[in-house]
Amino acid sequence: MEFTGKVWKFGKDIDTDAIIPARYLNTTSPEELAKHCMEDADPTFPQKVQKGDIIVADKNFGCGSSREHAPIAIKASGVPCVVAKSFARIFFRNSINIGLPIFECPEAVEGIREGDVISVDADQGVIFNQTTGQSYNVTPLPESMQKLIRDGGLMAYVKNRLEEQK
Amino acid sequence: MGMTITEKILAAHAGKDQVEPGELIHAKLDIVLANDVTAPVSIKELEKINLEKVFDKEKVVLVQDHFVPAKDIKSAEQGKIVRDFARKHDITHHYDVGEMGIEHCLLPEKGLVVPGDTVIGADSHTCTYGALGAFATGVGSTDLAAGIALGEAWFKVPESIKFEYDGELPEDVTGKDLILHTIGDIGVDGALYQSMEFTGSAIDALSMDGRMTMANMAIEAGAKNGIIAPDKTTLAYVDERAQRPYKVYKSDEDAKYNRHIKYNVEDLEPVVAFPHLPENTRPVSEAGNVEIDQVVIGSCTNGRIEDLRLAAKVMQGKKVHKNVRCIIFPGTQAIYKQAIREGIIETFIDSGCAVSTPTCGPCLGGHMGILAKGERSLATTNRNFVGRMGHPESEVYLCAPHVAAASAVAGRIVHPREVE
Repeated sequence: MEFTGKVWKFGKDIDTDAIIPARYLNTTSPEELAKHCMEDADPTFPQKVQKGDIIVADKNFGCGSSREHAPIAIKASGVPCVVAKSFARIFFRNSINIGLPIFECPEAVEGIREGDVISVDADQGVIFNQTTGQSYNVTPLPESMQKLIRDGGLMAYVKNRLEEQK
Repeated sequence: MGMTITEKILAAHAGKDQVEPGELIHAKLDIVLANDVTAPVSIKELEKINLEKVFDKEKVVLVQDHFVPAKDIKSAEQGKIVRDFARKHDITHHYDVGEMGIEHCLLPEKGLVVPGDTVIGADSHTCTYGALGAFATGVGSTDLAAGIALGEAWFKVPESIKFEYDGELPEDVTGKDLILHTIGDIGVDGALYQSMEFTGSAIDALSMDGRMTMANMAIEAGAKNGIIAPDKTTLAYVDERAQRPYKVYKSDEDAKYNRHIKYNVEDLEPVVAFPHLPENTRPVSEAGNVEIDQVVIGSCTNGRIEDLRLAAKVMQGKKVHKNVRCIIFPGTQAIYKQAIREGIIETFIDSGCAVSTPTCGPCLGGHMGILAKGERSLATTNRNFVGRMGHPESEVYLCAPHVAAASAVAGRIVHPREVE
């Protein structure tokens, strides 16, 4: 897995209410949710985000509510992955489960500015900032989680298990 | 080597004698919970794989509490997805308008969660059940869907932090104040991925309602779960209600903790969390002059009978300030009825409060008390994020029920003694 895109940078403790406010939780449509992605952190984000852009954030990204609508909104906005200093635990699980790759790398977050173009090589565990020429090592996800993403998320696993049970 | 209560419960549910922090396990689930906002996403996933049967119709609990009675057409459609699923699969514990309550008030009250359980819920405040000595944690809708289908979930065994609250609680300090003080101390990611184990003489003296308030907000410190070992208070509560046999686990003397944090509660006073994070806490005496437009008393954090009693005691014979709208949300129908029986609801209405059927309502900016631009609400809820209760430029302050009631009367944030 490798992703290259322009960076939108966010601060610390971005909560899931900021990622997708509860006033939009009366739908589960990814396209509808994407229209309001990050709205309470940056109201102009849904208009300006382009397919392939990458979100880079400070610590504790995705804290608060368990709403899976948050990573769904990000993924449906065309953002292929998120890099942060750390992630809140339910957001972390949800992202893996729906197949949104996420990377914890405090050094990269320090060195990346908004508008930089970065490449994230998930297999090699390297984040390369094309704008500054800096590169950063990122701890890869545990093998079991990488497998979950490769296999198409948790539901693919569930489907296999149910077929085994028959 | 000794184990913590959390490690023991997880080991038992993974079929192991011993587990260690960091270990990945698959655990059997006793209860799998979702609500009208999170269940539709799970149901959509389960339909994609043509699920024929849930793993156990007695162990899947569906509570329609967030946007009910339906606030708009889209919410009505979401609610219907859950109702249709519950009927199709003959779900035993499906609670809808008229018998539902706010899920984390309802499940303990009905005896659906018991000590020693492992519970996942597609709602972050599922950690509330730790107050019963169960391992309970919030997950997203896909984890929940897997739980509904298979009756199990994967977990990384968390490290534990031991919190010890020593001394005698001052009369004006509640479980809410203890947990807000703790979050203010360690921060909103101070217990990230970890278990918060609450111990000490002040916890021993706390009622079940106060303990549930504390475990409820473990997530606001980033924790995987909050937990309190069962004692005679727990068992008195559980024995009246339990629908299943239960098992009591306690931490070993030589259990390993990565931190041990002690507080002397005798120095504490009521706490207020300022916008826009629960960690922005101040003692109420240092709140300054903060005028408020709305007060919300209720939620899965503070919507239990003891919370309503505390608020009514302060409000008795007084009027809500003319610039304040005060809205009360009893946690369940049983709590509502008990409050009527005790004259509490009459006190609230005489004081000029609005009383609602149980719902999560304004806590998450859903309905029943949304804020306009520039407005401020003081609430007994759990989150004060940007836009949490309405307009992105509104503000939410968090506190305990007695401070909320006193402030509703004063029109600004005050200590209850200021309206005596």
